[in-house]
Parts: sequence; C-alpha cells; structure tokens
Amino acid sequence: MITQKVFLQIFKKASLCRNFEKIAFEQIQKKNIKFPTYLSAGQEFISATVSEMVKTLKIKPLIFGQHRAHSTYLSFGGNINKLIDELLGKKTGCAYGMGGSASIHGKEINMYGHDGHMGTQGPIGVGACFVSRHPTIVFLGDASAEEDYVLGALGWASTKKLPILFVVEDNNLSILTEKKVRRNWEMDAVAKSFNMLGYNIPDDPKVIYKYKKNLFKKPMLLNIRTNRLFWHAGAGQDSDKTFDRYKSLLKKFGEEGKKIDKYYFNKLNGLWKKRLEKQ
Amino acid sequence: MEKTLRETIKELIRKHLKTKKGQVFGQCLTAVGWVGGTLPELYEKDGMVELSMADVAGGGIAVGAALMNSRPIYVIRYQGFNWYNAPMILNYACKSKEIWKRPCPVFIRSIGMEGGIGPVAGSSHHSLYYRMPGIKIVSPMTPGEYKEIYKKFMSEKEVYYVSEHRGAYGNSEEFKNDIDDKKELIIIAISITRFEAEKAKRNLEKKGYKIGIKHVLWLKPFKISPKEVSAIKKSKAGCLILDDDYVDGVANSIGNKLNIKTKKPMYTLGLKDKSAGFSKSTDNLPPQSQDIEKKIINILGEK
Repeated sequence: MITQKVFLQIFKKASLCRNFEKIAFEQIQKKNIKFPTYLSAGQEFISATVSEMVKTLKIKPLIFGQHRAHSTYLSFGGNINKLIDELLGKKTGCAYGMGGSASIHGKEINMYGHDGHMGTQGPIGVGACFVSRHPTIVFLGDASAEEDYVLGALGWASTKKLPILFVVEDNNLSILTEKKVRRNWEMDAVAKSFNMLGYNIPDDPKVIYKYKKNLFKKPMLLNIRTNRLFWHAGAGQDSDKTFDRYKSLLKKFGEEGKKIDKYYFNKLNGLWKKRLEKQ
Repeated sequence: MEKTLRETIKELIRKHLKTKKGQVFGQCLTAVGWVGGTLPELYEKDGMVELSMADVAGGGIAVGAALMNSRPIYVIRYQGFNWYNAPMILNYACKSKEIWKRPCPVFIRSIGMEGGIGPVAGSSHHSLYYRMPGIKIVSPMTPGEYKEIYKKFMSEKEVYYVSEHRGAYGNSEEFKNDIDDKKELIIIAISITRFEAEKAKRNLEKKGYKIGIKHVLWLKPFKISPKEVSAIKKSKAGCLILDDDYVDGVANSIGNKLNIKTKKPMYTLGLKDKSAGFSKSTDNLPPQSQDIEKKIINILGEK
C-alpha cells in the first residue's frame, strides 16, 4: 500500500520531469536545442513511481534506459544541469555532448547510455545483471520490446533467475503506428510464457506501487500503459485529446499540487536560463 | 614438444576463468568437442556460460558483461554468425568508451573455417568489423601470437576482435617475416593464408624468384615498420595481399594505405566474389599455394 507521503514524493518527481520537458519543448521551438529530442511528458509517473519503489527498498539499481529517458534520468536523481547541457550540446553534458537526447547516462545514478538501436538495452542490461547480480531495471518502449533480441534476452533472464525488472513504457505508439497494427499480443503474456512475472497495468502510481513486493525477487516485467503527450521527436502535439495523468493528479493535489508545480517550473526555468547564458 | 595453438588457447582460458575470475560466453560451449578442443572442460560455476541460441541477444549479453568490467571472452563458433552477433558489439561496446567514457572490454573469439560448410558458416569475416571505430582486430595463427594478444587485451580497456581459424589450431610453430630491400615482391598474408603463402614462397624461390613475406597479426591498427616500407618501395612489383575474407574489405583497404605510402602497386587475393556452396565444385576457398604462385608469376613474368 502506498502512503500519502510516498504518493506526494512521486508527484513531486513527476512535476520535476513534466516541467523539465515543458521548458525543453520551448527550447526546441526557440531552436536552442538543435537535434532530435525525445520528450517524455505524459509518461513521467512510471519512472517517478519505480524510482520511489527502489528508494524505499534502499536499493540503487543498475538502470538501462531507452531513447526517451529524460524522466528516467531525472526521477533517479540525475544531475539537472548536466541534462540541460547535454541537450544544448555542451561537453559538460551528462553524455559529454555526444549523446544528445537519446543517449543520456549518469555514472552517479548507475544509469547506462542507450546506443540508439531500439531495445539493445534489453540484452545489455541482462548481461550486466548476470555478471554483477545487482538489481537491474531495463526500460523499454512498446515498440522496442518487439525487437527479437529483447525477447531472447527476456528468456535468458528468466532462465538465469536474475534480479531484474523490465518496464515497458507502453504508449501504444511506434512513432505514430499503433500497437494493434503491429501485433496481436501483449508483453505481459510474453513474460508469463517465459516463466517470468508479467503484468499489464495503467501508469497510476497507486497501481504500479503494488508491485514493489515482487521487485528483484525473480525476473518481472511490468507493461505499463501510458500516454505520450508530444511528438515522437521534437516539439509538437499529435492530439489535444490525449489523457494527461499529470493534469488529473495536479487537480487532485489541489493547492499543494499547484504550489509544487510552480516551484519546479520556477526552479527549472532558472536553471535553464543560467545554462543558456553560459552558451 | 612445443604446445599447439589449440592447447595454448585452452590453457589461457583456464587461467582466465580460474585465476582471473573471468567469464566465457557462447553457444554450445560445453558440447562434444569443446569448440575444437580450445576450451577447458569447465561449466557455469567456473565461469563458462552457455547462452541460448538467440545470437543477436547473445552478443548484447556479452556486451553487458563487459560493461561491468568482467573481461568476458565471447566465443562465436563460426565467423559467418557475426552477421547476427555483431550489432551490439559494434554499436555499443566499441562506442561506449568514446561516448560515455565507460570502457567495455570484450575479447571476441571468432572462428573461421572452410571447406564443405556452405555459404554462411565459412571463412573469415573480419572485414565486417574493420570499417567501424573503437575496435582492435587481430588474427593470431601461432601460440606466441595468441599469448601476446591476450596479455595485451588484459592490460587495456579495448574491444578485441580475434579472427581465429580452425586450420591453425594444430600449429605449434612461430612465423618469421622475411623482408629486405632485395625482394621482387612482398607477400602480405592474413589469417590462414599465411600457411599457403609460406609454401608458395618456398616454391617460387626454388624457381629463382626473390619473394618477401610479412605475416600480419594486427589488422587494425595495421602496423608496418619503416624497414618494411623501404623494402616495398625498393621492390620490383609491390605487394600481394592475401586474405581469408573477401578482398573488398581489409585486403583492399590495407592495399590502398600501402599504395599511398609506397607508390607501389598492390594486388589482392582472397575469397572469390561469390557465395560458397557445400559441394567441392561450388565451394569458395581461400587462395592455395598454386593460386598464389600463379598470380605472382603473372605479375613478375616467367623465369
């Protein structure tokens, strides 16, 4: 069961991620960010909740992110200035100005960079987990999860009974191609067929949090249904009818929520301004 | 009696597992044969890790192990399988140090063979890796060379592609270069072609030709001494580069580099530009001594 204190903490992390992406969106429009950028707004409650789950367990896992990983990086405590610098293409960025938006990493948070080939974080994360036996989280999209080598990696992780969690951030889209066009199966069923724990759940923090009890005890896959608010890459919106969990929880948290939202917006705005001045 | 290359590799791997607490990853490692007798009879508890038959994922798992600095040895039983095994090695392990300052040292034992094994499994495919940054490529054919490159790998933080050949496993001899300023032509031999090149050189010398030979261990970076450059410059007809891969790869690239350096012509011989069939008449084998001799006589003229 999630406590109100933890729930609030998750909301704060989500607010940090959302406001970061909101400002990044503006910076893309202003052309201060000059390369493909994969905004994670709409999906932030996944990493915000999972990072709180491991924090309460006092575990610092190995993290293998995907290309859409700003929220992953921020939720697990990645350095905000370094992420801004990376998006501005600076050598002081979290991937030394080489990684851009898609290949961010953070040594201080055990986060390993993504190479841009969708789903490679699956086998690579499994290999790292096998050797280190350290709790490991692999984030995938619903499209990258379809890569054949991801399926091979899931099977092997299960065979070796690794302390690993696969999180599929299922926004139903591969760029704009819907899941139903691509396949007639779900990742939780695939996981179960590999003798892993597999669940298909919404990105509601209260629901995700329930799975804390199973974390790293045996290989587990959480297929978490979510929504991508912005374009696959860049600053734009595919639809204004997309459900926005952040907005809905912001309302639920009332005045306290608004205060948190404003706090992060101002804080991040200040940080962005400072980094832009140093250009 | 001197140890064979097979025994040397086996001994190095035993030490890698037992003393250095490393790992060996691959498919069907512990099956009958133990990869041509090059693996000690050890199992997962000792670090000999059987992967599933998912080749692409297997390459990625080895890369993940390397990221943890466990110095894995990854065995690819046939070099042709690299078409599936290579992606994460090339696109992640080879780039990791440059992009994220995280070294990802992995030792890839990639094994060539040919003769009746068809279009996929056969020959060497080091050219597949050659064009990519962040990798070192070697092709040891002798016990001494193998010891040297393993030692170097363990002292560095690089990705090593080790282009082996089953035809060399029984070898216990070391090769010697023979280069001076009086050679008419110099053979630059890679991988298993080195054995046939030696034969061809001996036969041609009996006929009065002055043939030099350079045995290539390091394909990338390619190493050549000033003395060797001078010998090529003073030769009558430049070099003949031999490879167990298709020539439109390592062989032609080395040829191009040497041509620029020496202004001498560079000829290449490798696999023919066709798929290998299983039958003898349709196979695609590396150049044999008679092919090499014929080519050289063609270049230098009859004596």
